[in-house]
Amino acid sequence: MWAMIVKEFLQLRRDKRTLAMMIVLPVVMLVVFGYAASFDVSKIPALVVGPEAASYAKHLRAPFAPVTVAPRESVSRAKEALQDGTAEVVFVAGEHSVQALIDGADLFSAQATRAAIARQASPQALLRSFEKALPPGHFVLTPIGALPPKVDILYNPGLKTAVVMVPGLAGVILVFIGTLIASLSVVRERQAGTLEQLGVMPLSPWDVLIGKVAPYFLVAAVDLAIVLGAGMLLFGVPLHGSALVLILGALLFLFVTLSLGVLISSVSQNQGQAIQLAVMTVLPQILLSGLIFPLSSMAIGVRWIAYILPLTYFVEIARDVMLKGTPIWDLWQPLGFLALLGAVTVSLATLRFWRLLSPSSGRERHARGAAGAAS
Amino acid sequence: MNWGVRSLTVRFGARCALRDVTFEAAPGEVRGVVGGDGAGKTTLVRALVGAIGHAQGEVRRPPAREIGYMPAGSGVFQDLSVDENLAFTAAAYGMPRAERDERATQLLERTGLLDARKRLGGELSGGMRQKLGVLLAMLHGPSLLVLDEPTTGVDPLSRADLWRLIAQAASEGAQVVLSTSYLDEAERTSQLLFLQAGRALASGTAADVVRAMPGRVRWAPERPPGDALERSWRRGASWRIWTPPGVSEERKDWEAVSPDLQDAVTVAALAHELQGAHQGGASQ
Repeated sequence: MWAMIVKEFLQLRRDKRTLAMMIVLPVVMLVVFGYAASFDVSKIPALVVGPEAASYAKHLRAPFAPVTVAPRESVSRAKEALQDGTAEVVFVAGEHSVQALIDGADLFSAQATRAAIARQASPQALLRSFEKALPPGHFVLTPIGALPPKVDILYNPGLKTAVVMVPGLAGVILVFIGTLIASLSVVRERQAGTLEQLGVMPLSPWDVLIGKVAPYFLVAAVDLAIVLGAGMLLFGVPLHGSALVLILGALLFLFVTLSLGVLISSVSQNQGQAIQLAVMTVLPQILLSGLIFPLSSMAIGVRWIAYILPLTYFVEIARDVMLKGTPIWDLWQPLGFLALLGAVTVSLATLRFWRLLSPSSGRERHARGAAGAAS
Repeated sequence: MNWGVRSLTVRFGARCALRDVTFEAAPGEVRGVVGGDGAGKTTLVRALVGAIGHAQGEVRRPPAREIGYMPAGSGVFQDLSVDENLAFTAAAYGMPRAERDERATQLLERTGLLDARKRLGGELSGGMRQKLGVLLAMLHGPSLLVLDEPTTGVDPLSRADLWRLIAQAASEGAQVVLSTSYLDEAERTSQLLFLQAGRALASGTAADVVRAMPGRVRWAPERPPGDALERSWRRGASWRIWTPPGVSEERKDWEAVSPDLQDAVTVAALAHELQGAHQGGASQ
């Protein structure tokens, strides 16, 4: 048994990359995820519209911040703020009533908003705040704001977890298929000894890359359709927006995750390394993309990581299109970032393929012309 | 045009895997790269087909479309069937379907793989897989066919089948280069290059290599004593002793033999080793 233990240690020591990942990775993940793992919503951006907006806004306390006051803004324009995420809640302050519109697509923020409204709208609390705001000797006669606002939760009226999670989970499934499974594709060829064969064949690195990605792309696309279809049928997830926009976002996202998988595969020496590297990219996406923990709750030092992860943008696109019906022109940012990430990963993967498959390119005199003459 | 390498040096980091090696293929000929384990055979054929780069020298090879290459380990896709392996290779080389079907059937018949068309590459026996590897490499009728140890681990019958295939490729006009550690196979090649520790120690036809052997080889029934021991090797039940030119040592139980290729390459390797040892000793 001792001999076996020593042998395993020796093998592990040789595989320095695996050893480094085993030691460094848990520490990095603990620190990153520790700062990211927070359901606390400390700030809720609010927009107050309507004729009484200015006076109503005065009485909004933390966690409502920042509070934007726009008395002349229409309700429909205010809803656009909810749709594009600039506000989590819109207060429509009329002369006789107040209505609170909450973005239900952001589950934790919506729950925190509802709780905060309930706290602030308790008559005693509001009366106290009104009285404090008045000059001495004046009394509150008609404290309209003391009446609890009528709360309307948009996009996910029941605040159902499944409605919010299913669009994002579709992305998680694609990450698993795309990154994890595709990460084994090249390294498998390398270990079987057939990668060299491909390198010698008259196939360009681009041919090999696209050839590798295409089947996974197709399977993942079918998976996506099944997952979203099942989500809609079983969990009542709506599709308020355009299916074409959702498909566009999903295709871009797939392109990024598959390219990332192939890139990981091309830099890994064996399947164990490939899986470890893939997990290193999959786990942060699940935990930092806003799928589970709200982005607004993450520490700034960690939040920037979320903005370089493709799942962050897919979750935003899928939720916005499915739950809010957001049109394509309001999604140019996440779509653009996905396209950019796709361009970067596919360029890196192609470069890596070029190195793997054409190690001798440009270094020796090819006798192409002579071959033509000879043949 | 003859494909090949000239003054080729290949380095892997600090290690020099090939040093100043020149080798040339020729149309209609099977030429061999011979040597023991770690001699640099695989490095040479990989550099020739462009699978690895090189530090110095020149590589002349046709475009990828005209190269057929079988890496060590057959290069067969294990999770594809024989037919699927053939179809992929043919497609990669842009062969029309009808031409592919005709040639594949003919080659499968010759190698006895016709009944195994539906079997996965990973399910084939070692010999069958090697045959399929050669078949894949020559399917598109390459002008340069490079085979890395195609017969290693293959039984004698399958080796004979493989050699028939290889000879067919040469007869079709291909320039065939194969690496082998078997000297009986090296004797079947028209020209050979003997490598030892990344250096070319002998080249030419088998007869040239034998003729160029310096000194004499003698036979002894028992292990030789003294200095001769470092210049001797066991062969069968007896011993061979190499006497370099200029060395005089006569014993009546040592008989002069007419050297063969095995003697010649062993002498080349011994001479190289002894020269290195003496140079090392002198420098110290």
